[in-house]
Amino acid sequence: MMRFAAALVAGAATVALSTSAAFAAETLDAVKERGEVVCGVSTGLPGFSNPDESGQWSGIDVDVCRAVGAAVLGDADKVKFVPLTAKERFTALQSGEIDILSRNTTWTLTRDSSLGLNFAGVNYYDGQGFLVKKDLGVSSATELDGASVCIQAGTTTELNLADYFRFKGMEYSPVVFDTSDQTVQGFSAGRCDVLTSDQSQLYALRTKLDDPDSAMVLPEVISKEPLGPVVRQGDDQWFNIVKWTLFAQLNAEELGVTMDNVEDMKSSDNPSIKRLIGTDGDMGEKLGLAADWAANVVAQVGNYGEMFERNVGMDTPLQIARGLNALWTAGGIQYAPPIR
Amino acid sequence: MAEPAAPRTPAPWNNPRIRALVFQGLALVLVLWFFWTIFQNTLTNMESRGITTGFGFLDNTAGFGILFSLIPYDEADTYGRTFIVGILNTLLVSGLGIVFATVIGFVLGVARLSNNWLIAKIALVYIEITRNIPPLLMIFFWYFAVLRTLPSPRGSLEFPGAMFLNNRGLYIPWPHPEPGFWVVGVTLIAVLVGAALLLRWSKKRQDETGVRFPAWPVSVLLVIGLPTLVFLLMGSPVTLDRPELKGFNFRGGVQLIPELISLWLALTIYTAAFIGEIVRSGIESVSHGQTEASQALGLSRGKTLRLIIIPQAMRVIIPPLTSEYLNLTKNSSLATAIGYPDLVAVFMGTTLNQTGQAVEIVAMTMAVYLSISLIISLLMNLYNRAVALKER
Repeated sequence: MMRFAAALVAGAATVALSTSAAFAAETLDAVKERGEVVCGVSTGLPGFSNPDESGQWSGIDVDVCRAVGAAVLGDADKVKFVPLTAKERFTALQSGEIDILSRNTTWTLTRDSSLGLNFAGVNYYDGQGFLVKKDLGVSSATELDGASVCIQAGTTTELNLADYFRFKGMEYSPVVFDTSDQTVQGFSAGRCDVLTSDQSQLYALRTKLDDPDSAMVLPEVISKEPLGPVVRQGDDQWFNIVKWTLFAQLNAEELGVTMDNVEDMKSSDNPSIKRLIGTDGDMGEKLGLAADWAANVVAQVGNYGEMFERNVGMDTPLQIARGLNALWTAGGIQYAPPIR
Repeated sequence: MAEPAAPRTPAPWNNPRIRALVFQGLALVLVLWFFWTIFQNTLTNMESRGITTGFGFLDNTAGFGILFSLIPYDEADTYGRTFIVGILNTLLVSGLGIVFATVIGFVLGVARLSNNWLIAKIALVYIEITRNIPPLLMIFFWYFAVLRTLPSPRGSLEFPGAMFLNNRGLYIPWPHPEPGFWVVGVTLIAVLVGAALLLRWSKKRQDETGVRFPAWPVSVLLVIGLPTLVFLLMGSPVTLDRPELKGFNFRGGVQLIPELISLWLALTIYTAAFIGEIVRSGIESVSHGQTEASQALGLSRGKTLRLIIIPQAMRVIIPPLTSEYLNLTKNSSLATAIGYPDLVAVFMGTTLNQTGQAVEIVAMTMAVYLSISLIISLLMNLYNRAVALKER
């Protein structure tokens, strides 16, 4: 009879499990009820998402989530960060463990179409490059025939690398590691001649070497890597919130609204600024947010330019120039649709 | 006077056999329904969230490289082939690990019981240190600690016979057969069969007549000598593919990658400690009277161990030894930490991430480990039946 009882319990459990959990339009409510945004980030990548000694996360990917926290909950600190490896990231988002994935993730057709996910914009335009030790005596990626290449598992870089070497008719052996820390360790232990990753990451990873000056980034950029936040497919409201939070930061930079002057701007006469910071129109309401959502974002996280300079700009150890990531008005390709 | 009670057939619902069958059937149906519902539920939910399902992805082009493969593989092959490459790499490192862990384990077990104080204590220290360190740490130790001390390809350590060791691995020359080599192969097979027959014949003759024939030395001489002679007569039909430094790395020959070497070392050293203890317990389970009896018959120490103790100890050793083999195989999945392209690293790592089909890929990977483990269990159980105590 015990067996029968066990089977009954199992049957009851099945009934409980069979309620289909659809995610449509429920992320915003869940976030408000929980009082925090759960954000998937990397396991540690300086400038993008990196914890300091006290466990505080910082970086441009971290700020994307903090901006969403400010827009939705009015407080950029109401965000919980979940470190994920490249392999874990999509499953964590699909299963509902996190609300946003902001983990230097490349937007590709396959990922957008077959994973049940949506890319909500581009917070950093990147491209894949190579890091080599200076004593190797190599000055161009075309001289890398026969090299061993350290690489992180589960990234688009793995595919670009294969394409590049095959197209150039060169041989290589890929040494695949799980986390970026292990990849750097393998590289500095001499297991491979080259480390390949997105260029921004190469600068970040170089700072982790014992002697950063012993290595250099090669000039070639072999791919397009638009990096941005990702949300689950099927919840358009949440998708819009994340997308427009990023656009609000870009518009703020374009309109000259900064962390310091956002309070003064509340008396501005410029209609675009008034719509952005909520003194005019019902932009927040349309997204299901408070009227001052964008003002909170700019006041607590800053506009896009401030976010960029603070985390990866010329005054940081990474020393990355705006380049492609400058506003369209300044020769870059960062362009946001208007808030109206 | 008392009539024997007529055998009364109980009503079907009171018949214990029928009742057992009914309830077992019911339980089976419920369990199947449970799993079927979970399966359907998963499919429906994944579909409603726009996640691609099914096994069609196995035919798509993989497009990424794999460091080390036993079968020809390149980026134009399919995801299905990465699955096979992963399985073979897992089997390779598990197989190597099992063979060497068994050999070292047996030596350790016997050494642990040695009358020589030094040998017994060395074995004891080895076992206590290695079996108390987590295998993942052991793998990291062999990978990073040992790798860092090796030179780069340009400063390789050279060994006699054109072998090179550096932090890219061990490079050894590899023979490539030329036309005419098949004669040597055929000779070798013929000699092996002949030697087996010779050994059987000599054992039979010794059993019947007691006359001994030095079958072992003769067959070893035959197996080594004859093929060598044929090889020389055919004019050495083999060319050696020697590794040579070209550009950054060595080309040619066979490369044992450091990931394989360190994983193999770590798994072997770790599991050997456990096998050593199993062998010791097996030997100690054989009563001391057996040793005394065999010495009274005038058998030497070595023969006592080989002919009397070990065969009886095997019955105790085999079942726990099976568990160790299973553990070693499953521990090989730690390869993913150091980048050895085993099934978990290649298929559940890169392939999963490029396709995003987690459910299918995790299920396939689990099925593979389950099958490997069941096959090892089956083989060991067959062997166990062969050596088990037979009631005569």
